[in-house]
Amino acid sequence: MNRRRIKSHSDLEKLRQEILAKRDLQKTRVAICAGTGCLALGAQKVITSFKEELKKQGLENTVEIRETGCPGFCEKGTIVVIYPEGFYYLQVQPGDVPEIVEKTLIEKEPVERLFYTDPITNEKAIYEDEIPFYKNQMRLLIGDNINIDPKKIEDYIAPGGYSALAKVLSEMSPEEVIEEVKSANLRGRGGGGFPAGRKWGTTRNAPGEPKYVIVNCDEGDPGAFMDRALMEGNPHSVIEGLIIGAYAIGACEGYIYVREEYPLAVENTSIAIEQARDYGLLGRDIMGSGFDFDVKIFRGAGAFVSGESSALMSSLEGKVGAPKPKYIHTSVKGLWNKPTNLNNVETWANVPLIINKGADWFNSIGTEGSKGTKIFSLVGKVNNTGLVEVPMGITLREIIYNIGGGIPSNKKFKAVQTGGPSGGCIPESFIDTPVDFDELTKLGSMMGSGGMIVMDEDTCMVDVAKYFTDFLVDESCGKCVPCREGLERMSEILTDICEGVGKEGDIELLEELSVVMKDTSMCALGRTAPNPVLTTIQYFRDEYDAHIEEKKCPAHVCKALIEYYIDGEKCTGCLACLKACPEGAISGEKEVVHTLNTEKCSKCGICYDTCKFDAVIIR
Amino acid sequence: MKKMTINGIVTQVEDYWSILEACRFYGIDIPALCYHDGLSPGGICRLCVVEIGKGERAKLVTSCNYPVEDGLVVRTHSERVIRARKMLVELLLARCPSSKTLQDLAAKMGVQRVRFKVKNENCILCGLCVRMCAEQMGAKAIGFAGRGKERRVTPPFDIKSEVCRNCGACMYICPVCQLRCQGPEPPNVVCGACMNVEPVCLQDNEDVMCYLDTCGWCFKVKSSSLKKKSGYGKERKEGE
Amino acid sequence: MDEDKIDEIIGCHGTDKSELITILQDVQAEYNWLPPDALRHIAKRLHVPLIEVFGIATFYKSFSLKPRGKHLVRVCLGTACHVRGGPRILETAERILDIKADETTADYEFTVESVNCLGCCALGPVMVVDNEYYGNLPPVKVERILRKYGHTSSSSSTSIKEEKS
Repeated sequence: MNRRRIKSHSDLEKLRQEILAKRDLQKTRVAICAGTGCLALGAQKVITSFKEELKKQGLENTVEIRETGCPGFCEKGTIVVIYPEGFYYLQVQPGDVPEIVEKTLIEKEPVERLFYTDPITNEKAIYEDEIPFYKNQMRLLIGDNINIDPKKIEDYIAPGGYSALAKVLSEMSPEEVIEEVKSANLRGRGGGGFPAGRKWGTTRNAPGEPKYVIVNCDEGDPGAFMDRALMEGNPHSVIEGLIIGAYAIGACEGYIYVREEYPLAVENTSIAIEQARDYGLLGRDIMGSGFDFDVKIFRGAGAFVSGESSALMSSLEGKVGAPKPKYIHTSVKGLWNKPTNLNNVETWANVPLIINKGADWFNSIGTEGSKGTKIFSLVGKVNNTGLVEVPMGITLREIIYNIGGGIPSNKKFKAVQTGGPSGGCIPESFIDTPVDFDELTKLGSMMGSGGMIVMDEDTCMVDVAKYFTDFLVDESCGKCVPCREGLERMSEILTDICEGVGKEGDIELLEELSVVMKDTSMCALGRTAPNPVLTTIQYFRDEYDAHIEEKKCPAHVCKALIEYYIDGEKCTGCLACLKACPEGAISGEKEVVHTLNTEKCSKCGICYDTCKFDAVIIR
Repeated sequence: MKKMTINGIVTQVEDYWSILEACRFYGIDIPALCYHDGLSPGGICRLCVVEIGKGERAKLVTSCNYPVEDGLVVRTHSERVIRARKMLVELLLARCPSSKTLQDLAAKMGVQRVRFKVKNENCILCGLCVRMCAEQMGAKAIGFAGRGKERRVTPPFDIKSEVCRNCGACMYICPVCQLRCQGPEPPNVVCGACMNVEPVCLQDNEDVMCYLDTCGWCFKVKSSSLKKKSGYGKERKEGE
Repeated sequence: MDEDKIDEIIGCHGTDKSELITILQDVQAEYNWLPPDALRHIAKRLHVPLIEVFGIATFYKSFSLKPRGKHLVRVCLGTACHVRGGPRILETAERILDIKADETTADYEFTVESVNCLGCCALGPVMVVDNEYYGNLPPVKVERILRKYGHTSSSSSTSIKEEKS
């Protein structure tokens, strides 16, 4: 596509009108989510079969297929939306495509079985805003994803993209931009919640040239993928925010740091940067304002700790991504010892919204201390998993039950983990807590980047604490003693507890160790590492006690403390488990009750999964 | 010159000093394993932590790489500091029980037992040798490899480096390689041969009193607790 | 190892030190691992001490200093996958291929790795073979998937580790 440089605000508006003029709003459009989640569920096959089917029907010119960003409802992928009707199809398989083409595209009739069905009332939801998962959200950042092909900048410009940048460059001084972000009270979405405007101001006023701006998309928190969805689904919103920030701060170079586990995000962002350059939105003399700025993409090489700002900068410099002592902030001395402003993907994506709609509007959303919306990845033991964007201050209950649809298989809710390995587990008694930066911190957890992992009664909290500790043992850079040695010892003690050799005093030792790790670790990784352990001890001490004193795992998770056996009354003697057992631990004959030899059993659980009669029991 | 308060005393310090340098200048003893006058500070062992700030904003920082500031209020031996240092020594000792340097430090700080499983490693990863090799010898023959608990000091590919000149500086500076402690009771880890007592003055004061040198406050108590300690050792044996 | 190939990769990025990680990534993509001679050559060309290159190659998880198998099996152990049974997927894959995580089968067909989060949390547990994602995976399906990539129950009965010991 031939792209001419945009030289002014009115140029952009003209381009927008041209793009809109070329579009026939009545033209049938098939929007298919092509995010990593849906692709994992076979979206590529759905896309191919749509193309084939349209060709067969001779519709390839009258129907547009758009491969879009992730709208969030990953559980029900592949998601297909038909416009202009707005029919919202879920869990579309390649085999459904001929029927969709036949019924919806040609006859304009819906395919009802693909609509969302309420599990309780059995009612169908035809449109997006009728689905409870979406209805209860406030989707300012990800709401447009289903309309945008991230590989086409025009899709972003059409609904008004880059107008905030145009406004900033033509009407506002850098100081005014910083003032606007400051008064919007935008806080960093990467975890710490530091006021973005203040950080920008520090970098702007710090001595030293050149200055740098960085997008942190090294989303390492296990269980969080909102940055991925933004970066691969709507990269221009982040790039626009970044350019605005660069202008305000006075930076002429920027980096987008994307972890290597997100190949699609790297691909889409690279394309987005290219296209923005074509239009003169990056590079020299942006929109004729005289402001120069360009951005480079950098692939992380797989290290959780590199998400820490000073470690990330080391990594960009081509070094080991280990944190440096930060007695002088990176906003003053960062990349190559120059003033550097680093913000998370979601923080940058909020900037164009604030510029367009104003700080007052932004302040009208959220709580006293936390403004705007926050994207969470709602995952784990919850019915509707996926990305949810909600206003700050919504309660955990609303997120888990109204949006998430509660816990599957009628199990009991036990806890929700927020903030990744730096966060904590919040028990049911605090489920009505409003979600914002300060409230979560008060509970011993934190907002983090927005992972929200729901746990039910089948989750062992000691095992969860051990999981996070082991994760960090692996991911700590190993530089300073409290983090490296402390985590390893913590893992050792927790392993003992899980294996039934925990002893009295272990919990107290864990607590004592935690205090010192929090006090003396070099970076935030070590300083927050004890949080999962401390919160589980605080809220689920009875489970620890059960492991240590009774040598029992109440949730039947810790292998050393459980035993499988076959319930003679339920077993039909079908041989299924006997054949599946890799250890040969099950004996029996057809239609004779099977027995399980616990000495041979490796507790792999395959028999449990295989049995259709619930005859395999864990005790 | 800058003015800052160390343990309640207003002091004048050079602009370019770190807190540790300032404290050492005034004769205050702060333990530090990964620090050496001739090398850049590492901030790795964290033993040199001191408490700065007041009330809720008080925090621990490593004095070896924290630059002095006007008006800074430093406490080098507060309860919080001592608690942290003792745990750090306990962690290090669990890793390398045979280091005499560590044993002496443990004795001095009153670490009387190690509650973690003993590992018998030979290296505390303080990085003095790595910095020595790079900064003083200009060789860069050894360095850190791996991460987390896999972190280790090694030449490239774990074979002798082509740029190593066998100068031995790495061995010279190592606080652990040499001076192996021959503690009498290996299972106890802490050898107990040295003056292994708790700073008793913490029972009556917020700060340890003898940060300038032994002040004598605890002298009486010390001698009585030494007697107690020998009893402690016997008790252990009977228990085993 | 082909020095020209490495030079070509360096040529794409330049010899500035900050390009080191990117160059290593491209070399890894080319050879599936980082051969020691390649590291030596890169160190020389970029004027970086070899120990620094070695340090970086052992620090980041995506680099491998051992040759890897033709097919890379990655099992996600992120939190969401963990609570939905990710560890059992890994155990099953390990058992079927008779190797442990981070090991390669003797015939260099499969390497098994655990990863800490692939960002497909809504579909946990997830296993990725080469670049093919398998979501909502029950352990019993693992063997069928591995067979698709040419695993036969006898093909990798001895692991490299056993061979060495």
